[in-house]
Amino acid sequence: MSRFKKNGKKETPELNMGSMSDIIFMFLFFFMVITTMREASLKVHFNPPQATEIQKLEKKSLVANIYVGAPISKNENTLPPGEVSVQLNDQTIKAEELVADVRDFIGTEKESRDLQDRDKLTFSLKVDKDVQMRYVNTIKQELRKNNALKINYAAGKRAAND
Amino acid sequence: MSNRKTPGLNTGSMSDISFLLLTFFLLTSSINTEQGIPRKLPPPKADDAKEIKADINKRNVLNVLVNFRDEISVNGEVMMVSELKDKAKLFFSNPTNDPSLPEKQNKLIEGIGDFAVSKGVVSLTNDQGTSYNMYVQVQNELQRAVNELRDETSLQYFGKKFSALDSASQRAITSAIPMSISEAPPMDYSKTGAAN
Repeated sequence: MSRFKKNGKKETPELNMGSMSDIIFMFLFFFMVITTMREASLKVHFNPPQATEIQKLEKKSLVANIYVGAPISKNENTLPPGEVSVQLNDQTIKAEELVADVRDFIGTEKESRDLQDRDKLTFSLKVDKDVQMRYVNTIKQELRKNNALKINYAAGKRAAND
Repeated sequence: MSNRKTPGLNTGSMSDISFLLLTFFLLTSSINTEQGIPRKLPPPKADDAKEIKADINKRNVLNVLVNFRDEISVNGEVMMVSELKDKAKLFFSNPTNDPSLPEKQNKLIEGIGDFAVSKGVVSLTNDQGTSYNMYVQVQNELQRAVNELRDETSLQYFGKKFSALDSASQRAITSAIPMSISEAPPMDYSKTGAAN
């Protein structure tokens, strides 16, 4: 039995952990690059419609989101008759201030970008699929009036069925 | 000059710190990318805007109506969403030069040469009560018709699918098969006398 046992106590060689941090940093940078911080918490239910012909938006920094959907809490401002809220930044807007708020929103979003990027700014309409078109039409009209013409109808990916 | 040795830094905790950062980003990140159907709105109307519609020939217009019940009619014919794509494709391509389908105009396109570009325009009208889901589905089907035509044309001229082309060829194909949707002001069923 003891023929195979070596006399000296064998030590496990110590692992070199120096490069471990490099690997982790690589991971870290990867996630930092692909990540977008959710800048605003959602105040409306948003369940996007499914479509097949969707395209990815190239630059996330050039996207401004407008959420439309049923409010999550009862205390949110709604548009008449009171089933749909519009969320800009982190708050829902009042019906009577819709025009002014959308205009201000477009203005501040444009101003926060560089001059040459302003035309590339896309307004992504994140509209719940059960919302009636009247609310979307109102917002589209405001966007158009304020010369924010690049829009995107946010949609989820659905496999083509033929 | 004293030849003192600098003490080695203990970097073992470095990985702990970076792990902490990593988990933070893992938790706060949302990988789902921004995706959807991109569209361009028409520029804002000037006050003295003329009616441009008058000079568009009737055969060049595909009237797509979506009502408040999410029913679709195309040039007066009731249709399912699944049929819309083929109808739009036929409308845009007009392979047999049918006199009831849109005219074509020969244009010289860089990279392709002479190409008969369709003059067809889809006029999309929706009701205020139309659901957003249906609206997106209709937009999606129209986009699908155009995308399929672009794929077919680029296969014919370049032997590749549209998405595999370089940007110059893509531009050529895009101008050969334009995506022309014009949105009419929405109807409102609930405001008409019929609603009661």
